[in-house]
Amino acid sequence: MYLWSRIANVFRGDRLNREIAEEFESHLADAVEEGRDPEEARRALGSVLRQSEASHDVKVVAWLDSLRADAIFGWRQLKRNKVTSGAAILSLALAMGACISAFRLIDALLLRPLPVTEPGRLSVVSFNGFGLEGKPYTYDSCSYPMFRKWRATVKHDAELIAISYAQRQDLTFGSDDQMEKAYLQNVSGWMFSSFGLEPAVGRLLTEGDDIEPGKHPYAVLSYDYWQRRFAGDPNVVGRTFRMGTDLHEIVGVAGKGFTGTEPGTVTDVFVPTMMQAGSINSANSFWLRTFVRPKPGVAIEPLRDQMYAVFRSFEQERAKTFTNFPKSLLDGFPRDKLELLPAAEGVSGMQRDYREALGSLGVLVLLVLFIACANVANLMTTLAARSREMALRVSIGAGRRRLVQMVLVESAMLALFATALGALFAWWSAPFVVRMINPPDNPARLVFPADWRVVGFGILLVFCVTLLFGFLPALRASGVQPISALRGGDETRGRRRLMHGTIALQVTFCFVVLFIAGLFVSSLRRLSHLPTGFSPNGILLLETVTRQDQPAVVWQQVADDLRSVSGVEGVAISQWPLMSGTMSNNFISVHNAPPSTVLAFFLGISPGWMETMKVPLIGGRDFRKADTNPQVAIVNQTFVKQFFGGENPIGRSFRTAKAQTQYEIVGVAGDAIYRNLREPMLPVVYVPLRTANSDGTVQSIGSGTFVVRTASANPSGLAPLLRREVSRARSELRVSNIRTQQEVIDAQTIRERLLAMLALFFAGVALLLAGIGLYGVLNYSVLQRHREIGIRLAIGAPRAGIAKLVVAEMLFMVAVGAVAGMGLGLVSARCLESLRFRVKAGDPVMLALPTLVIVMAVLFATLPAILRALRIDPAETLRTE
Amino acid sequence: MPRTDALQGSLDLLVLKILSRKPRLHGYGIMSAIGERSGEVLRAEEGSLYPALHRMEEAGWIRAEWITKETGRRARIYELTAAGKKQLAAEEERWQTVTSAVNRVLRTV
Repeated sequence: MYLWSRIANVFRGDRLNREIAEEFESHLADAVEEGRDPEEARRALGSVLRQSEASHDVKVVAWLDSLRADAIFGWRQLKRNKVTSGAAILSLALAMGACISAFRLIDALLLRPLPVTEPGRLSVVSFNGFGLEGKPYTYDSCSYPMFRKWRATVKHDAELIAISYAQRQDLTFGSDDQMEKAYLQNVSGWMFSSFGLEPAVGRLLTEGDDIEPGKHPYAVLSYDYWQRRFAGDPNVVGRTFRMGTDLHEIVGVAGKGFTGTEPGTVTDVFVPTMMQAGSINSANSFWLRTFVRPKPGVAIEPLRDQMYAVFRSFEQERAKTFTNFPKSLLDGFPRDKLELLPAAEGVSGMQRDYREALGSLGVLVLLVLFIACANVANLMTTLAARSREMALRVSIGAGRRRLVQMVLVESAMLALFATALGALFAWWSAPFVVRMINPPDNPARLVFPADWRVVGFGILLVFCVTLLFGFLPALRASGVQPISALRGGDETRGRRRLMHGTIALQVTFCFVVLFIAGLFVSSLRRLSHLPTGFSPNGILLLETVTRQDQPAVVWQQVADDLRSVSGVEGVAISQWPLMSGTMSNNFISVHNAPPSTVLAFFLGISPGWMETMKVPLIGGRDFRKADTNPQVAIVNQTFVKQFFGGENPIGRSFRTAKAQTQYEIVGVAGDAIYRNLREPMLPVVYVPLRTANSDGTVQSIGSGTFVVRTASANPSGLAPLLRREVSRARSELRVSNIRTQQEVIDAQTIRERLLAMLALFFAGVALLLAGIGLYGVLNYSVLQRHREIGIRLAIGAPRAGIAKLVVAEMLFMVAVGAVAGMGLGLVSARCLESLRFRVKAGDPVMLALPTLVIVMAVLFATLPAILRALRIDPAETLRTE
Repeated sequence: MPRTDALQGSLDLLVLKILSRKPRLHGYGIMSAIGERSGEVLRAEEGSLYPALHRMEEAGWIRAEWITKETGRRARIYELTAAGKKQLAAEEERWQTVTSAVNRVLRTV
């Protein structure tokens, strides 16, 4: 309480002093009243000033008072140098804002624990295995029968929770025309109670809701979806929605904050795992993650070993059902090792894809921050009036600590202003960056609460930054020798060395940022210039579904209808679009040989698909209307190389390992990317979309993609019209999703595009800041050496010599910085292996580019200083001295 | 007899004691009272009285208040707080201990 009044008194200084003075006046008046001599009384009271200071000191917290004084003084300093302070604050704000933004992203995606009870006690099952090509890979998908077995085995030691991958589903709260998209997760009924979640309204799912396949059509909405879609209407409980053929009833809304277990995706609807009825009893269907919560006191390793043993015997049992599986792959099956990874922060594909990308961005941002700090440090050092002011302060008895405090307070004020601005920047930029992840119609969503984590990081940042750019200048400034500074002598050598050091450091960091940006940009260029083997220009993909499977003729008829829309050049049908991620594969056997260990990838297409996609037909013929699957196939060149040794395969046949169906090759197509830009070409088999049963009847089709080639460069304009046209032609068909083929391709390079864009932006900022820093330091050194240069010019020094005098040392520092940057860049590039695409770090071009850019920037930054030095008029300089 | 300054360290005790007898005194009144009660032997140094008052105020032993006197001038008056009463008792006891010890030395040596 008394401390508080003393703290409060710090900010009432004037009133305090007035009151003390008034009390003394009243004392003197009393003395005079008693008949004492006013002079004598005044003498007896002593120096009013000293006393009032003594009283003042008792009444306030001294250190706080001095801080207040420093803050006021610092504010005056900043106001006096408006332009420089403004520039310093802006550049620092940009860098700090970027830092805070990067922290928010990294925190939200990778560090923030799930809002569940004891998130630290949550693990997830993950497998380390080897792909068919022998490359190590990890996965975490499990089947429900396996989950069930695990759960029964470890039920005394741990609670197991099955949670499916978040899926974007079509569902409707009304008629079919009102289909909408929502993210859905199938979860074990007991997940909610295990996670300690409470309902916002209604109830949550329980163990009783997750017993019999297909018998529990209940759903819980996430709080976020409830607010977004229903504006928080409590009457939503009891409403139903239809998904596929299932009618689900909403039983409640989960409490605020819980948005599923996949950071990067906000789950809208939770339904019981049992509603995934088709997959629940299939050991070959891998569609869920297994979360493990060990009971208190249970160690994780024995639990893992127990689960691994179950997994091994389960998989060995499953392998017995494989038909015609390559023998070499069956040896020691399963080879995958089971691990229990900590999952306090949830698990998502976005975490995996963006961990390194965000890490490298964080490093870039930090480097930019260092560059900005170095600038401000130089600025604080160069404020030319400073050394005289400090000398004056020292000579009238200011302690060194007090001076350091003064400069640090000023630095902290700069940092605080910069943080306030930077926080605004971060508030805008973090969601902006997230929106760019994923295609525009389906952006990634991260929850960005502004809580103590972010505030704490901000405070830490201010603290570090203040020390970074304030401490050295503060020490230097407080260490002035009053005598030499007041004499006006140039006690600047040490200061110059400090400033030159920061220049070298800035160039180093700038080089690294430019170099990494260069790597990202050229990776993106390589990726986007890869030949795809087909032409995506003008292609619109109408992913279409039906309520009941429709005969192939119906699909063909809709395709014919679409062909008559003006602006449409060609229409074909495929099972799914190329490069969309959907795939079907099988082992192949030629001439009754044992099945290959290489997988071939299958796609069902209609006649004319090749022409529409502009996939060249190299030999043989396209499919005809009467062709059915199985019977005939068109294979790509890689397939020919892989399975026929490059010989002409037309007229020859092969079998698939699983179904033992035979295909006759009728055509050879050019290679086109089936799945992923980054992988080598896959062997692909195109089969007719029309699929016949063993008795020869043609199967109906439940979903497919109309591939529409339009004349326009921007095919999206036709999308609404085509969507209506499909439903008009056959009301049973409904377009679920429309994308351009280009969007599908671009979706595979989003991360690279994001990285390249942000890295380029930071490279620009780094270059600008380093340039400004160089310019400032050079300018200052010319000012400092004004007299020297004047004298040299007066005694006839050549102009070239003067220019050399001004920049020689600086250029040396730049060279040192560039070399250090090169080394650091090469080391850092090694850590960015997974983010580079066919770009070598040691590529001379990659190293030459940043060097060239820095040389140009240095030229720009040094020219004004050289010109200024050369324009010095010796006569004038000497006159003023 | 020359007037002695209040003994070192006893100023707080004197001020607290005076205020316990006569609450609501201003600075000049406290000074006069110390002189009066001690038969003009003790005198509070005017220069150190106010810093001492302010220190005790911050310590919470005494409480200050502005009043307007009949003359129309404002004066700052002081009174004891509960903490001040406790402090007074402690100081008095300390004083008694010290003086009796000093007296014992004077008697025996």
